[in-house]
Amino acid sequence: MFNALQNWLSSFLYDWLAILITLLLQAVAVILPVMLAVAWLTFAERKVIGYMQVRMGPNRVGPAGWLQPIADALKLIMKEIVLPAQSNIYLFVIAPVLAIAPAVAAWAVIPFDDGVVVADIDAGVLYVLSVASIAVYGIVVSGWASNSKYAFLGALRASAQKISYEIAMGFALVTVLMVADTMNLTKIVEHQQGGFWHWYWIPLLPMFVVYFISGLAETNRAPFDVAEGESEIVAGFHVEYSGMAFAVFFLAEYAMMILISFMTAIMFMGGWLSPFEGIPGLETLFAWVPGIVWISLKVAFLLFLFLWFRATFPRYRYDQIMRLGWKVLIPLTIVWVFVVGLMQYFKLGPWFN
Amino acid sequence: MNFVIPNFAPAIPEIALLILASVVLIGDTIWSKRCQNATYYATQLSLIIVGWLIVDSFTVHQIVTFDGSFVRDTLSDVLKIFTVLIALGIFLFARTSMQEKKYGSGEFYVLGLFAILGMFVMISAYNLITLYLGLEIMSLSLYAIIALHRNSGVAVEAASKYFVLGALATGMLLYGFSMIYGATGEINFDKIAAVIATGQVDHTVLAFGVVFVVIGLIFKMGGAPFHMWVPDVYHGAPTAVTLFLGTIPKIAAFAMVYRLMVEAMPGLLKDWQQLLIIVTVLSLIVGSIVAIAQDNLKRMLAYSGIGHVGFILLGFIAGTFDGFASAMYYVLVYAITGLVGFGMMIVLGKGRQEFDRIDDFKGLNARNPWLALMMLFAMFSMAGVPPFIGFFAKLMVIEEVVKAGFVWLAVVAVITAVISAFYYLRVVKVMYFDVPEDTTPIKAVNRTTQWTASFVAIALLVFGLIPSGFINLCYNAVALTH
Amino acid sequence: MTFETFIFYLLGFIAAASGLMMITVKNPVKAALWLVLAFIATAGLWILAQAEFLGLVLILVYVGAVMVLFLFVVMMLDINLVVLKEGFTRYLPIGAVAALATFALIYMVVGPDRFGLQAFPAPTPLPADASNTKMIAVPLYTTHVYAFILAAVLLLVGIVAAISLTLRRRPPKEVQYQDIDAQVKVQAKDRFEMIKMAPVVEPEIKKEEKEE
Repeated sequence: MFNALQNWLSSFLYDWLAILITLLLQAVAVILPVMLAVAWLTFAERKVIGYMQVRMGPNRVGPAGWLQPIADALKLIMKEIVLPAQSNIYLFVIAPVLAIAPAVAAWAVIPFDDGVVVADIDAGVLYVLSVASIAVYGIVVSGWASNSKYAFLGALRASAQKISYEIAMGFALVTVLMVADTMNLTKIVEHQQGGFWHWYWIPLLPMFVVYFISGLAETNRAPFDVAEGESEIVAGFHVEYSGMAFAVFFLAEYAMMILISFMTAIMFMGGWLSPFEGIPGLETLFAWVPGIVWISLKVAFLLFLFLWFRATFPRYRYDQIMRLGWKVLIPLTIVWVFVVGLMQYFKLGPWFN
Repeated sequence: MNFVIPNFAPAIPEIALLILASVVLIGDTIWSKRCQNATYYATQLSLIIVGWLIVDSFTVHQIVTFDGSFVRDTLSDVLKIFTVLIALGIFLFARTSMQEKKYGSGEFYVLGLFAILGMFVMISAYNLITLYLGLEIMSLSLYAIIALHRNSGVAVEAASKYFVLGALATGMLLYGFSMIYGATGEINFDKIAAVIATGQVDHTVLAFGVVFVVIGLIFKMGGAPFHMWVPDVYHGAPTAVTLFLGTIPKIAAFAMVYRLMVEAMPGLLKDWQQLLIIVTVLSLIVGSIVAIAQDNLKRMLAYSGIGHVGFILLGFIAGTFDGFASAMYYVLVYAITGLVGFGMMIVLGKGRQEFDRIDDFKGLNARNPWLALMMLFAMFSMAGVPPFIGFFAKLMVIEEVVKAGFVWLAVVAVITAVISAFYYLRVVKVMYFDVPEDTTPIKAVNRTTQWTASFVAIALLVFGLIPSGFINLCYNAVALTH
Repeated sequence: MTFETFIFYLLGFIAAASGLMMITVKNPVKAALWLVLAFIATAGLWILAQAEFLGLVLILVYVGAVMVLFLFVVMMLDINLVVLKEGFTRYLPIGAVAALATFALIYMVVGPDRFGLQAFPAPTPLPADASNTKMIAVPLYTTHVYAFILAAVLLLVGIVAAISLTLRRRPPKEVQYQDIDAQVKVQAKDRFEMIKMAPVVEPEIKKEEKEE
């Protein structure tokens, strides 16, 4: 579709302008749904947690509260952005941008369906990992530039925590790469074809769990949300932010959540593949469902887990987070890398060939 | 993809050393609480095993493996055996010193083993990457070993200085490497030599590469004019560590210079020779003159070490294989003599106080005549007084330089040797003719170190009286290598 | 100028400018952030040179991990800038001359005269399906396996050195360490004891009651 558009545009525009316009449209086509998903994810969060705590959740704006995100957005846009006098203004302003840019940029390589991807690059996994690793700068810079004790503590916590869990995350992905023999996200999904028992969550079950836990920590979500830790350090790194600047941090956090869910779905849950593949009867019955529906369902389930955990678990203490990351998850992943290596070498199990 | 499993057999000593060092590392955390000396004994045992493995597979042929990144030849075997032997002595002294001075931990031995592994890698390196990695493994371990005594401000300062200047030197070296690679397109030493021999290579780039490489090497060896770190580091580090720093790294540095200059860039002899001449003359002068002003034995030996680097480089300047052999002989002799020189400070250093000022040695003859005699052996050998072994080392090097036609260099070397004899003999004078403030007899810290020091010191004399075996060993090693 | 050349010069300018800013800016945190920018621009240059794997790893390792830790430390340091800047102006002329001379030498030696397109023609672009990762991985695990293992040893030495230099075990009296294994293994009987006691009888109270 976009190729045709580019060809049509280049028939009467400069080539580079045509490419640029197509790229922009592609970016909008990905970012807009993501941002909308973020908006209603906040709504879903409040509703889900509300019901879990036997409350109604927001229910005043629009039918059953469905317009609540719009109201929130309007409110945040209207509010004044306070710039603390003692802060480092440039860095203070640039920090939210640093937070949101990677969270958006990472979407470039995420496949939503077979072939529906902005850039089908060879090192897709590596790209997502490295772009996601930059996201920490938004938090660190905001914490430092605010010139506030609480913000600073939040920044320190966030930087140490993210690095610790990135290692476990990377190792968990290494096992996927070993099994799939590629770093291209589309090909990883293609390798999982043949029914849900061929998805990697079974042979790599511990890595699936580790990846998801690390994802929680990477996005600073409960029970690992010590960077915000409202009961200890007020609101952590964004304590000095208000209005839209504050909202941008939230956008980034939720966009990262959705990204992690997408990555988990692609890596371990067969991406856009139908769960009924290989089951006689059901397979043909559901053959008409487009892949994007399946991947959305999987992502929705994973996002529900995010919310569920937040409603269920108490917050970890900081040293316990570090302990879990370094002394439990990382050794586990390293061991599993060797296990997968041996299984592959001796051709054990039906998943490796 | 045609992948052939490389021949691991020649690298078995390195592999064994790596495994044993890792075992000691893990073991140390387990047994350090129960048995204090277990790590020490495990370290010595590891060294003995590695030494035996080298002797057992001693080779007279050149074996290249790992796609040309590793070489095993007679030169490497001889150097490694000496490294292991001297390291055994170092750890023996070091344990005594650390027990006496109440610091240190199992990490000293672990890092020491890793440093030796780095030296092995350097000695056996056959391409630029391996050489660099070996150098870094050794240097990083040494930086950490110095700073291990972290309650001592001077030690930490010494480590920082060593680290910063070492990093700078590494940068120079790598820059030179990249130029050589850029000009020749090869990283293996034999291929670099072959490409240079074709004469198709841009000489300017190569010459600049050589300049940076030589600067880096001299930095690491501690030759003038890049010697600033040497006295501070030797002085600041605890004596046990100075002993380590001042001896075996020089052997590895010799191997590094040999591999780079002789095996990779023999075609550029004229270029590096000129550079080395400047470095040598400066080192000889600094080593002989500045050392006179020192009142601390470690500092004095540090400056004298700079002078010794000058002598080692003289052998390279000769540019002949006999010259390289004489340099090898010199470096081995220097390392062994250093073992006594620095070791004596440990043998005498009872209590928490370091025994490293020259004044501490005042009237040692009256307080402990035997150890004074051993110290005299060491000083005579360093000064090059016949019939001690150091005399032959200096003699061989100067002879090779004269043969190569650099008579003026030989004259400079002799003059500086005479000047440096002054401060070595001053130590002897202080020991024998000065009246001590405290006339109570000094006892050695313990028997083992006393007899080890004495044994090595007497060996200096014995090998000086019958020098031919040792000299032939070095000449044959180099002759079998090329 | 093609689009690629334009991107090359843009990234090159960003890399050089941020490198310059890094060494001139006064605040160490800002310097670290400029260095991050320099890394990102360099990664872009590498990707432009068809080394995507290296470029992405540069971002992942240096930007995502090393510099974050660096910032972590630098942010907490209270560096006295006045002392650091002492002698800056005094040595500036010498430094500038040395830098210029070095630059001139480098330009002469590795400049376009010797390493230009005439001497080293541009490599043919890789086919679209060439896997950069495999191209690096295969030599790393075959030809250069010895160096690869040695690099791992180097890192191990770094870990040992860093831990042995910084780990200070304080006596248990000063610090209460949490022993999670012990906490998990704990049984009810370790914490909780049932004690049977005979009922306490107080006969005197009865007496008093009688008196009343």
